[in-house]
Amino acid sequence: MFEGVPLTWFLITGTIMFFVGIYGFLVRKNLITILMSTELILNSVNINFVAFNKILYPDHLEGMFFSIFIIAVAAAEASMAIAIIINIYRRLVNIDVEKMNEMKY
Amino acid sequence: MTPNQLMFAIFSAVIIIFSILTVTSRRILRAATFLLFVLVATGGMYFLLRFNFLAAIQLTLYAGGIVVLIIFSILLTSHIGEKLEKPELKKIIPAFLAAAGGALITIATILQYNFPVEVVSMSERTNIRVIAKSLISTEKFGYALPFEVISILLLAAMVGAIILAKKRKD
Repeated sequence: MFEGVPLTWFLITGTIMFFVGIYGFLVRKNLITILMSTELILNSVNINFVAFNKILYPDHLEGMFFSIFIIAVAAAEASMAIAIIINIYRRLVNIDVEKMNEMKY
Repeated sequence: MTPNQLMFAIFSAVIIIFSILTVTSRRILRAATFLLFVLVATGGMYFLLRFNFLAAIQLTLYAGGIVVLIIFSILLTSHIGEKLEKPELKKIIPAFLAAAGGALITIATILQYNFPVEVVSMSERTNIRVIAKSLISTEKFGYALPFEVISILLLAAMVGAIILAKKRKD
């Protein structure tokens, strides 16, 4: 309980966000929208870490540090993914996952 | 309803509605804008929990950095007015069943578990001095090694992104 807000509310919000991200990951075909779904999934995990940290262990900071590292990894991942997407677009002139069935050789 | 509950309800509603719109919108630039709203509301949730430093990181790095990167790549790779084609029904139904089933199972499990209900005081903010000391300490609860590893990862990602996206000569 956090001054009127129970822990389960945070966890339910995180769960819904996570599975909406999973749905987008499975349904979308454009590579950039798949990347956005991944960002949703990473964010929902961050909410869970932070809520657990504040409500169950208020005098520790572990959940916050995990969130910081997740955000840093997400930034690295997004920059790499976008570099790869731009490279694919330059070769094949579209970024649809189902049309990417050729390799270089 | 206390002010905390009200703010939580607002942030939670924004997160849920706009994350659903992010994965269903057929205009890709709008989807990116909805993603920005979701990330800002998440930052608001960190402010609600009094993690001010984390909220600042969320707003600058996620909402400021990653969303701008995504919008740039959208502008580079697709036309503005273009609509994404509708996904077929035989793809939507299994994906929806998987997501809804997983969400239902997880929420049922969360509701069954008895979390402790003692009230946490929230007036205490995270001290920036404590964060900085933990990030460079090598003792217990110190994060010197992950901090250095993440800096190397970011450097490697930067070099890799430049090399991948560079124009080839041939």
